[in-house]
Amino acid sequence: MASFALEFPPISHLVEWPAFLFEDSPFAVNKITLIFLFALVCTLSLFIIGGRRQALVPTGVQNLVESSVDFIREGVVMQTMGHDGLSWVPFLTSLFFFIFFTNITGIIPVMQMPANARMAMPIVFAVMIWVLFIAVGIKHQGPFGYVKSVLFPPGVPKALYVLVTPIEFISTFLVRPFSLAVRLFANLLAGHILLVTFGVLAAALWAAKPTLVIVPLPFLMLVFLTGFEVLVAFLQAYIFTILAAVYIGGAMHPEH
Amino acid sequence: MLPMLAEITGTGDDLISAGGAIGAGFAYGLAAIGPGIGIGYLVGQSVQAMARQPEAAGMVRTTMFLGIAFTEALALIGFVVFILLGL
Repeated sequence: MASFALEFPPISHLVEWPAFLFEDSPFAVNKITLIFLFALVCTLSLFIIGGRRQALVPTGVQNLVESSVDFIREGVVMQTMGHDGLSWVPFLTSLFFFIFFTNITGIIPVMQMPANARMAMPIVFAVMIWVLFIAVGIKHQGPFGYVKSVLFPPGVPKALYVLVTPIEFISTFLVRPFSLAVRLFANLLAGHILLVTFGVLAAALWAAKPTLVIVPLPFLMLVFLTGFEVLVAFLQAYIFTILAAVYIGGAMHPEH
Repeated sequence: MLPMLAEITGTGDDLISAGGAIGAGFAYGLAAIGPGIGIGYLVGQSVQAMARQPEAAGMVRTTMFLGIAFTEALALIGFVVFILLGL
């Protein structure tokens, strides 16, 4: 990759951060760990501050928190799980906010690194959802009934089960967690690389000749993409939450 | 054939990294075609549904995002392959 006229940093430079505390141990702390702690503190303090004084007419933080809980309840749970899913609202709301805060660090100055652009946390989230929806399915339908309702969906001609059962097995138990993790990870990584590309471009043009007419173009693109990344951070958190709700809701109610 | 090619182009490592770069470019380009068509069709149909029945807009939007998420996954897998091949 030496033939680029422009020195573009290799991707390992964009996402790998050296550990600076407890190196060479499983508890090594680097920038990503700090971002996770930041997201944790943000999520916790948002809800603690929002729920501290419960005014009848909400203002400020309480207003934001109440409308976001309402958004998760009406926009996600009621649409996908129905009334039975209302007990999942707290879990899904905290999941949404934690993913949103770990995504939004990609455009916050000083941090500028979406923590989910590393594969670690998306995998943890995906495995968590995977374990949860299987556990919910077993709880509501029994281990045998759940496996039967997933692998042998009713209303299919008997002979087609040869084809349907392997497909259902792969798509439910293997592809679901994989695509959940990869979707979150790849979206954030792609956004991060885009931002870096236009940042490098704008900086190189500026260094070459500040008076070039073309200078504003990569810079404007960078500003536009930063706004776009806010949208992506929100949308990916929303999509992850809604897919988690769909999977858990699907395990609750067998298909008929 | 290969040793001759290697003599012309340089070492075998160069050939391998060139092949990797070309493959990466094709991988992402090809992976973007299907999901591009799919998402375009999906959103177009959703807009049509919302325009015809504005009271169902909320439900259509939720389903639209779900569909986009499933369709987009293919393009993203292509993107991951692109990163893996290109490096």
